[in-house]
Amino acid sequence: MTTAKTTINPAKLGSSGSRRGTRGRKSQAVDPSLNFSAAEGWRRRAPLLPALIFTIVVTQVPFLLTIWYSLRNWNLLRPGSDQFVFLKNYADIFLNSTFRSAALNSVLITLACVLVAMILGIFLAILLDRSFRGRSVVRTLLITPFLIMPAASATLWSVSMLNPSFGLVNWLTSLLGLPAVDWTSKYPVLSILIALVWQWTPFMMLLVLAGLQAQPKDVLEAAQIDGAGWWKTFAFVTLPQLRRYIELGVLLGAIYVVNTFDQIYLMTAGGPGTASANLPFYIYQRAFLGFDIGQSAAMGVVTVIATIVIATFALRLIFRSFDTKDAL
Amino acid sequence: MTATVSSRTPARPLKQRSENSRARKSKVGASALTTLTWLIALIFFAPVLWMVLTAFKQESDAASTPPKFIFAPTLDQFSAVLSAGAGSYFLNSLIATGLSTILVIILAVPASYALSIRPVKKTSDVLFFFISTKMLPVVAVIMPIYVIAGQLKVLDNIGTLVVLYTSMNLPIAVWMMRSFFQEVPAEVLEAAQMDGAGLLKTLRTILVPMVAPGLAATALICVIFAWNEFFFALNLTAANAATVPVFLVSQMTSEGLFLAKLSAASVLASLPVVIAGWIAQKQLVRGLSMGAVK
Repeated sequence: MTTAKTTINPAKLGSSGSRRGTRGRKSQAVDPSLNFSAAEGWRRRAPLLPALIFTIVVTQVPFLLTIWYSLRNWNLLRPGSDQFVFLKNYADIFLNSTFRSAALNSVLITLACVLVAMILGIFLAILLDRSFRGRSVVRTLLITPFLIMPAASATLWSVSMLNPSFGLVNWLTSLLGLPAVDWTSKYPVLSILIALVWQWTPFMMLLVLAGLQAQPKDVLEAAQIDGAGWWKTFAFVTLPQLRRYIELGVLLGAIYVVNTFDQIYLMTAGGPGTASANLPFYIYQRAFLGFDIGQSAAMGVVTVIATIVIATFALRLIFRSFDTKDAL
Repeated sequence: MTATVSSRTPARPLKQRSENSRARKSKVGASALTTLTWLIALIFFAPVLWMVLTAFKQESDAASTPPKFIFAPTLDQFSAVLSAGAGSYFLNSLIATGLSTILVIILAVPASYALSIRPVKKTSDVLFFFISTKMLPVVAVIMPIYVIAGQLKVLDNIGTLVVLYTSMNLPIAVWMMRSFFQEVPAEVLEAAQMDGAGLLKTLRTILVPMVAPGLAATALICVIFAWNEFFFALNLTAANAATVPVFLVSQMTSEGLFLAKLSAASVLASLPVVIAGWIAQKQLVRGLSMGAVK
């Protein structure tokens, strides 16, 4: 780190050198130019440090404290309970069936929301990637759900749309002769998913649309001249080119959706019982309603480890695809 | 299309007819697709439209079954929301969103400069570190933050929200700004270097103007996420520093269900971000795709 001998390993995560070095900024291609003196190293690093130090202090210090809390039996409702119990909290949560069902809900909600929103998003992006009358108006209408405050969208769905007595959805289904359904208490996870998919589809659509519009037109024409039909062109030319955009959408969507709190807090409060609680909501419940600091901290740590492991795999996968693309 | 075909091939009426019918068929297909697109867009927008309509109703109209589509619009709900003290919440949101966005930009611009224009060692590790903090579920750190804020006596303080919102948006901003910086041609930078411009001067006079659209996109996305943030605001603020989402929830829970009033509050709460997003659609798309995939 201190002397000039190290060269960066661009392949570790893909990234700057290998990707950009091939394009334009040749003078700063990774290997030779990163052989600089310690002074130059610090000069280059200086602009990065404020952001890095800020991020480390604000995110990592609390997390270290979370780990410390997770090793203690600390419940605010039981004064004097604060003592070191080592891994007991961790053992407890793995035996806790609510924790398991909340974890399962987290996975289910994230996967289903990202998947459905992405498929709908691709479909809508294709529909929007043509010129037609009122296209910009349609796009504006379609992106609006993404811009609505999640707390507002949660109340909108639970009260105005899905309410059993005066909700719009039940009125529509009643026109088809279907009986009224108490959505949020009968199908809590589905209700949350509807609100989430509604909110995240525009995000996916915008990303895929950006990808479609960045497509080189000559490639499409070449495919058409070769006699490929629409479907073939889409499957073999467009879709592979959209891959990065799709991966980016899935990754960013997953990061935000896995942390979903507003919709669950406001639409079902995790209920009935704990049927629709995901990990963020359940941990919040244990901490702020159960005052069980040790337990909730241990759950937080487990959640973080699981998220980081899964996300690392995902990130590496994406970086790899970035690299192979540039190699072509 | 039809016109060129007919004018160029007068001698082959048969072919022309078949091309004409194909063109007509694809025209029918196109307008069917357009109708479908409009239909889906309206379905997606319908809940928002319903929210806006409900906000202009009296409570009795709002809760009627079957739903009322024709009614005498009123501004009563909006004035009720505003007289319920929405103003101070909006001010808090404005301060927290504005200050945190400024802070994010101040921190992210030099950092992403260091990660793109003049890459430091272990660039990819640093980038990965930044994005990995986004994967840290906020619930996992809320308790220590609560305890620390309590000891520093900054619970229910906007400054606390500013710091937290900055840390929430900084990783995304660094990634976005980095991708925008990478689109700056190397020649421009070399020229500046030869003229002997220092870091600050290069940033101010060359780089920032060149990435201005990217900067706008980054700021817009920070504004959206900060304005809409609910979890920190719910747990760390009370009477003094509570933001708009907290106000919205207080409208829902404190005094029973007032559907029209709640809708009016929702409309007001969402309006700033919706309008900003509508106006800056292009920047929004660029920002969301992080410029990275260009």
